[in-house]
Order: sequence, then C-alpha cells, then structure tokens
Amino acid sequence: MTGADIMVKCLEAEGVKEIYGYPGVAIAPFYEAVRASGKIHSTLVRTEQSAAHAASGYTRINKEIPGVCAVTSGPGATNLITGIATAFADSIPLICITGQVKSELIGGDVFQEADITGACESFVKYSYLVNDVNDIPRIMKEAFHVANTGRKGPVLIDVPIDMQQAEAKKFVYPSEVNMRTYKPTVKGNMAQINKVIKELEKAKRPLIYAGGGVILSNASAKLEEFALKNNIPVVSTMMGIGVLPTNHTLYYGMVGNNGKAYANRAVVESDVIIVVGARVADRAVNQPDLITKDKVMIHIDVDPAEIGKNAGPSIPLVGDASYIFDDLLSKEFEADYSAWIETLDSYRDRLEVKLDSQGDYVDAPAFIQKLTAAMKNDSIYVADVGQNQLWSCGYAQIIDGDFLTTGGMGTMGYSIPAAMGAKMSDPKRQVVAVCGDGSFQMSMCELATIRQNDVAVKIIVFNNGYLGLVRQFQHYNYADNYSVVDLSGNPDLEKLAAAYDMPFIRVHNMDEVDDAIEKFLKDDNRYLMECMINPMAVVK
Amino acid sequence: MRRIYSVLVENRSGVLGKVAGLFSRRCYNIDSLAVGETDDPDVSCMTIVSSGDQRTIEQIEKQLNKKLDVIKVKTFEEQSAISRELMLIKVKYNKNTRRDIMENCDIMGANIVDMSKTHMIIQMCDTPERTSIFMKMLTGVSIVEVARTGCLALQKCSEE
Repeated sequence: MTGADIMVKCLEAEGVKEIYGYPGVAIAPFYEAVRASGKIHSTLVRTEQSAAHAASGYTRINKEIPGVCAVTSGPGATNLITGIATAFADSIPLICITGQVKSELIGGDVFQEADITGACESFVKYSYLVNDVNDIPRIMKEAFHVANTGRKGPVLIDVPIDMQQAEAKKFVYPSEVNMRTYKPTVKGNMAQINKVIKELEKAKRPLIYAGGGVILSNASAKLEEFALKNNIPVVSTMMGIGVLPTNHTLYYGMVGNNGKAYANRAVVESDVIIVVGARVADRAVNQPDLITKDKVMIHIDVDPAEIGKNAGPSIPLVGDASYIFDDLLSKEFEADYSAWIETLDSYRDRLEVKLDSQGDYVDAPAFIQKLTAAMKNDSIYVADVGQNQLWSCGYAQIIDGDFLTTGGMGTMGYSIPAAMGAKMSDPKRQVVAVCGDGSFQMSMCELATIRQNDVAVKIIVFNNGYLGLVRQFQHYNYADNYSVVDLSGNPDLEKLAAAYDMPFIRVHNMDEVDDAIEKFLKDDNRYLMECMINPMAVVK
Repeated sequence: MRRIYSVLVENRSGVLGKVAGLFSRRCYNIDSLAVGETDDPDVSCMTIVSSGDQRTIEQIEKQLNKKLDVIKVKTFEEQSAISRELMLIKVKYNKNTRRDIMENCDIMGANIVDMSKTHMIIQMCDTPERTSIFMKMLTGVSIVEVARTGCLALQKCSEE
C-alpha cells in the first residue's frame, strides 16, 4: 500500500466524505488514490484559497468532522495560505494537505517548491512535514485530533511526492492519540465555578458575552438554558451571532464598533460580565478597560492563552464551554435581575435604529430584515466582508440557523466558497451568501464550481460600485478624497449569471424587494440576485 | 523585568524556528537563547532570557505552553536561578597591553586558551553579569571577535 493510499484510508477512517482542492503533479498520487477508492467526493475549486473557505463552510455546518482540503506544492500551497489564516483566526478545524516536491530535492529551490510549513507557522495550530511513509497513519490521526479538540484550528500536512508513492510496511490506523505535549483542559476547575456562582449571587447586572467558541463547542443550547434558568441577558461578538436566536427576549445584539448601541451599553453597565469563548479583540472591545472597569470579569475559554491576553480577568476559568455550562447548570442560586432586564429592554426600544426604506435604491438593512424573515428558520446565512458584513450582523434574523462569516481575519471572498461548502454539508438546508460587488469579484470564479456540482447556493450581491467600507472610511477620515475604491468596470451580472447558467434577478429599489425575495427563495436552486445600493450609503 | 524560561521541547527539526518565531511574531524580546540536548536524546532544553512587563511575561509562558512541540515550561527570576554563560574573546595584544589583559583575566577568573604573537583567545565561564563586566574591562584593548553561548540556567535546588 502506498503512502497516498494510506492517506485516503485515514481520511475514510475519520469519516471524511468531501474534500476540496486543486491538483498538480506534487499531489497527483493522492488524487489518484482518492479516485481509485471512490469513497470520498472531491470538488475542484477554481482557486486554492476557495478550497480552504469551502472546507471551512463545510465543517462549520457539519460540526463533527474537520474540513479537508488538498492542493499541490508551491503556488497551490501558497494560494491556500489566506484560507488557512482565515480558519486559524476563527478557530475553524481544517486538515490542509499540501503536496511537496521530492524529499531529496527539498531545499534546492526546485520547480514549484515552497516551504509551506515554514510559511504557515504562525497561523496553523500545528504542521507536519512527512519524512517517513510509515509515519502517515500516526500523523493523520494526530492531525484530526489536534484540529478538532481544545481550541480548534487548521493543521497542515505537507507530503512530499515520494512519500505518497512509497510503499509502507503495513497499514494500521491508530485507535488513539498519544501526544505528551497536547492535553487540552476541557473540564472547568470546580473552585473557579463556585466563585462564578458566588459572584452571580451578589450581582445586580450580570451579562453573558458570548463568542464563536460557544458555537464551536456546540454549547449554544446549554448557554440558552443557563440564561433562561437564571434570567441573565446575553450579548454576542460577531462570531457569536446565532448563539441565541436573534429575536430571543434575552438577546441584546452584537457588541463592538459596529454593534448595537444597546449591546455596548449593556457591557459598560454590567457589574458581572461572563466572557465565554471570545477573545476580547479590538473590534469587539476597543478599549480593554471597558470590559473590566467597575465590574467583575469572568473569562471562560478553552485556550488558557486567551485569558488575560487583552483584558482582566477577575476570575479566569479554563475549559470547554459545553462542560462549563453543564457545571454551571448544576448549581442553584437565588437572584433577581428583573430590574436590569427592564433597563436593557428600554435601551433596546430606544436605541434600535429606525430604518429608512424609501428612495431610489435598495436599503441594505431593510432588505436583510425582509430577506431573513422570508428565509426558513434553519437557514444558513453566509456574510462576506465589507459593509455587507456589518449590515448582515446588524439586521439578519437568525432563528435556528447558522450565521457564518469571517470575524477574525475579515477575508474578502469568503462567502461564496463557504456557502458552497455549507450547502454540500447539509443539502436540505437553505443557504444564502451575501456579498458586496468587491467581495463577489474575489470569488466569482467559483460560480463555475457551483454550476459543475449543481450546488443550490443563493448569492446576493450588494452593488454600490465601490469598495463601500473603505469608501466610507475615506468619507469620514479623508474628507471624501476617494483613493482606489472605485469599482467601475464591474461585470454585467445578468450576463454573468447567464454565462454560468444561473437564474438572475436585479432589484433596483425597495418597491421591488418583496417580489424579488419570493422568486429568489421559492425553489431550492442556485440563484444570483443583485441589489442596487446607494453608492454613498454608509453603515450607521 | 527580566525573566528566564527553561523550556523542554521535542528534539525535532524545526522546533527552534517555531519557538523563535513565536517571539518575533508577537514582538517579544529575546535577550539570549541557548539550546542543547538533555539526558533524554528526544528532548532538548532551551534557556530563553526575555524581558517585558508582567502581562508580557505571562503571555510568553502561555504561548510557549500552547506550542505542540513544547513539553514543559519553567519560568523563574534571575535570583532564583543558577545561571552561567561561556564566552570566548579573541583580542589583539602588544607588549604594552599584554600584562594588563593577563591581570584582568586573573582577577575575573578567565583563562587564556590560545595564543599567537599578536592575538590571544580568552575563555570565561561565569554568570552573564560577570561575563559582561569582563567584556567591559577589555574595551581598552582591541577586541577582534566575541562569541557567547547565551545564558544557561537551572532553578536553584532550594527553590524546587
């Protein structure tokens, strides 16, 4: 059995059904083994970065098996880097397999050689360069374990072509992992948990501040149960959107620069804040003392290095959110926070921005409200990066569905490949990608992949003819001196849709929105919708 | 604040780069770094001296612990450690400076380990502080080359 056959056997043993990638000579033995086995479907993306994003979308919906992508050496591997970094910043579990030149040629600067393990060092959870074919089963087993436990993240496996071709002595897939250097703490320390309960007993204005870590540990339902049981309000970060239904009585929106005013107010006025699965990064909390001043900050995270990195805390609690909420739920305590809830409700009523949905253009916030209200409750909404992302965060209604976006890295072009992966992961669910005309053009080559594989992804392009968020920045900070943000030259999307055999609808103003959404969502098919947005529109 | 990290790592290729990369990527200082095999050939010990405020010091320890090639991190202040550094200095001498150099070596416990008619190599093994003092004392003579191992340190027996 060759190394390539073993790699495929390992993927099968891990339950992998789908891989995304782009072949080349250095990964050809692997792709031949994939073909010969016939048990794993492989999707040819149109540029390598999309392979990582598609794998990310896939695993974020599958929630059990890491996303897998496989590309060739050199430029194939370097093109993958942005996708790997994106997954790393959002703690998304990926297995990234790269072909490499022959072992004996490594270091010779030969054709399509790149030191990919070196290049990726600071944004992979771990990486391997295979130098013995007999190590492959152990490496694959470890890679899946590392990617998908503790704080999740991408793991890179660089496999020289001769290692893929070499015959192994035998193949046994290890039943367990034995790594002396990697034993993440998942169960919280009981003494710390008791301290949390003591603080909640004393608290008048407690707040749960939930990040993407809660979703990654499948702890959303437990968080909801805990919040409801004790009547504690919840805000989220961008990556935490969807942790509670956005219309939940106890949910007070996304925090941060681009969040809801009432969510930020809740953070400032709280006296006990439970930060869980969140990094306290600059976009969410622009001054770290906001989250520590005059309050007890409890920081729950599976990654000990996140605790205290950017702020506080008063009570550190290392562990997986799912285990921690189990323990918190087992504790009974008496407290009455109803006055605090009333205060927050009044803030929400008063500070919610009233939408102006008149005029000659589509108003993006109002459109998103209508769209998500018409979507099925378990739909998957994938937001790209730019104004479209911030509008989506502010106005998308997520009930039992998922909200996918790239919060950490903010990688333009994420939504289309990620939506494709999400749809392939669960074809029964409705999947809508929302992007701007800038981000759309970063990934529009994937329309071919969508067509080839008949993936019923629905794509919405907010067309304002600008890199809108940068234009907005230049509007506020550079006195309307616009530099390199003009997107004139955009393709005619109607013709483009026709070229890719995709139904198309263009929406000019709010009067056309309801009919357009109905047509767009009616059938489970791929669809492209273009919304004409005022070029001068800003995110408020 | 200076801090010594005694880091046990898997003895594999690329690990030094990963650990050093961690420092450069997060803009942490490395004042000195020394690496060598331990009694177990699969394990190396890195002694890293770094400085920074309390938060940085804690972060360095946490980030080191996060690396999958790191087995164990021990961290201690300079006064809790026995630390040594080996230094070799090649100096140019003449009849006017020769006696002076030899006296300095005597006072500081350094040895002259190689010599020609114009040059000598001085070896000194002492605490990093004393090796630095010794080098300052030689600034009057012409130093040709200096090689230092960087600080090696183990926590004092009484602190275990």
